[in-house]
Amino acid sequence: MTAPRLSWWVPVIAALVLLCLPSVLSPYAQGLVAKIMVYAVFALSLELLVGTTGLVSLGHAAFLGIGAYVTVLAAPESGGNALIWLMPLAMLAAAVYAVAVGLLSLRTQGVYFIMVTLAFAQMAYFVFHDTKLAGGSDGLYLYVRPVLGLGSITLLDPAEGRQLYVLVWAVLVATYALLALLTRSRFGHALAGIRVNEQRMRAAGYRTQHYKLAAFVIAGALAGLAGCLLAVKDGVVNPELLSWHESGAVLLMLILGGLGHLRGAVIGAVAFTLLKEFFASEGLVGPLAAHWQLSLGVSIIVLVAALPRGLMGLRSLWRPRG
Amino acid sequence: MADAPALQATTLTRRFGGLTAVNAVSLSLHVGEVHAVIGTNGAGKSTLVNLLSGELATDEGHVTLGAHDVTHWPQPKRARAGIGRSYQRSTLFGEFSVLENCRLSAQSALQRPWHVWQSASRCDQSLAVAQEVLATTGLADVASRIAGTLSHGQKRQLEVAMCLATRPQVLLLDEPLAGMGAEETERMLALLQSLKPTHAVLLIEHDMDAVFRVADRITVMVDGQVIASDVPGRIRTHPEVLRAYLGEAFA
Repeated sequence: MTAPRLSWWVPVIAALVLLCLPSVLSPYAQGLVAKIMVYAVFALSLELLVGTTGLVSLGHAAFLGIGAYVTVLAAPESGGNALIWLMPLAMLAAAVYAVAVGLLSLRTQGVYFIMVTLAFAQMAYFVFHDTKLAGGSDGLYLYVRPVLGLGSITLLDPAEGRQLYVLVWAVLVATYALLALLTRSRFGHALAGIRVNEQRMRAAGYRTQHYKLAAFVIAGALAGLAGCLLAVKDGVVNPELLSWHESGAVLLMLILGGLGHLRGAVIGAVAFTLLKEFFASEGLVGPLAAHWQLSLGVSIIVLVAALPRGLMGLRSLWRPRG
Repeated sequence: MADAPALQATTLTRRFGGLTAVNAVSLSLHVGEVHAVIGTNGAGKSTLVNLLSGELATDEGHVTLGAHDVTHWPQPKRARAGIGRSYQRSTLFGEFSVLENCRLSAQSALQRPWHVWQSASRCDQSLAVAQEVLATTGLADVASRIAGTLSHGQKRQLEVAMCLATRPQVLLLDEPLAGMGAEETERMLALLQSLKPTHAVLLIEHDMDAVFRVADRITVMVDGQVIASDVPGRIRTHPEVLRAYLGEAFA
């Protein structure tokens, strides 16, 4: 018995299909898919922590929110070719916060780690909620969307729906490729070893704290990148982006998709966002739409009970055994 | 033994609240020697291994590895410097293959986490070490099996193989024979004999027949203290050891 080999062509075909989708989608559906792709980047970043390293964080939305706020706060009022440096800046800001949180929270384990990450995220939430700089509970608006370009050449202008879609798609593909490389590398195998048996990894000579901090910072930076995309897509940020609801939602995406798989994170983001859209749509569910949280909660309970290994577990239903 | 010790512990002491689990224990491990530590349950043997490997900090005393005082070195640094240990209970990567268990252990010597473009499973150096230790420990035939599915004896062998994969000079083996059948015990004892010329081995074990067959020196601990440390022939007839641990019938 050996672990199933990752077939590279499935994500490649999925990426190509995704790129072609806008030509057959309505503007609303195109926006919805772009939103799903942003959340897929967010979920992929958490997958590195939870699925690969075994660190369950309940404060991951702090990095998403920091990336989003930094993008809006640092974006020039005139717009311009700012995305080329705004995206790295959002990642850097989230990474710096991740270093601080990681250095303190990674001294704890298990449920204590969950609570400490939640506490740090709530601290960040109230900083943005209660300060004038961040616009308080109303948040901030991005009046002119920055474009992606080099010098006088504009590559992608997110103000245009199709180009925003391509930008988000490119970031998703790059994030997926980076994490696929990381998880199959020595670094990724060491993270997996830490998830399975940290004591043994230390006994073998690994400085496990360094590895966990590195994973925490990479995950934070990628969540910051998702936050930057979210700010550019929506043109508005508010403290709810940092709330524990968002942290819980992205964890649910991983659980729905199936922990331990990059594809699971993407599938989970798709499933969670579509379920949420479905249950919040008055046209589809009528008056129940007002109570979409209830319907979404029940549906997630049913899905998790039926598929304890998430939607990725569906594969085993039609795979030959033996 | 004329050679300088590979590992030396000097008056190691560790307390847990009011309990002194290890009390001023001194011992030396030499390459070419199997040094057994025996004693009743709760005598402090596993705590001693934890102190030597760096898993626990010492309250008093020193640990010297070769020419280095490693007392304040963290466990991973001691492991990379040449102290390998196995655990009383198997601590494998149960969901990985047997080969990957050893490869990951071997990888600690060449971690290079920034080599993200290279697949770990194609890391020739760590693969070669893993295959070599699997051959040494007789596990080459089950290299592709998932570690969690191995028999108890094979898991104990894999524990030792993972230790060896880190290329240690000092091996701290905590009850490697626990729960093994007669045939598996023989295999493990043969393995220990084969490792002796190139390693300093500390063996904690309750199987006295095996200990007296393989050990060159035996240290006996009772209540955290060393009550005797000598060659097996003298330990067998040591009055205090007979009274406190082995029993008069053993002599």
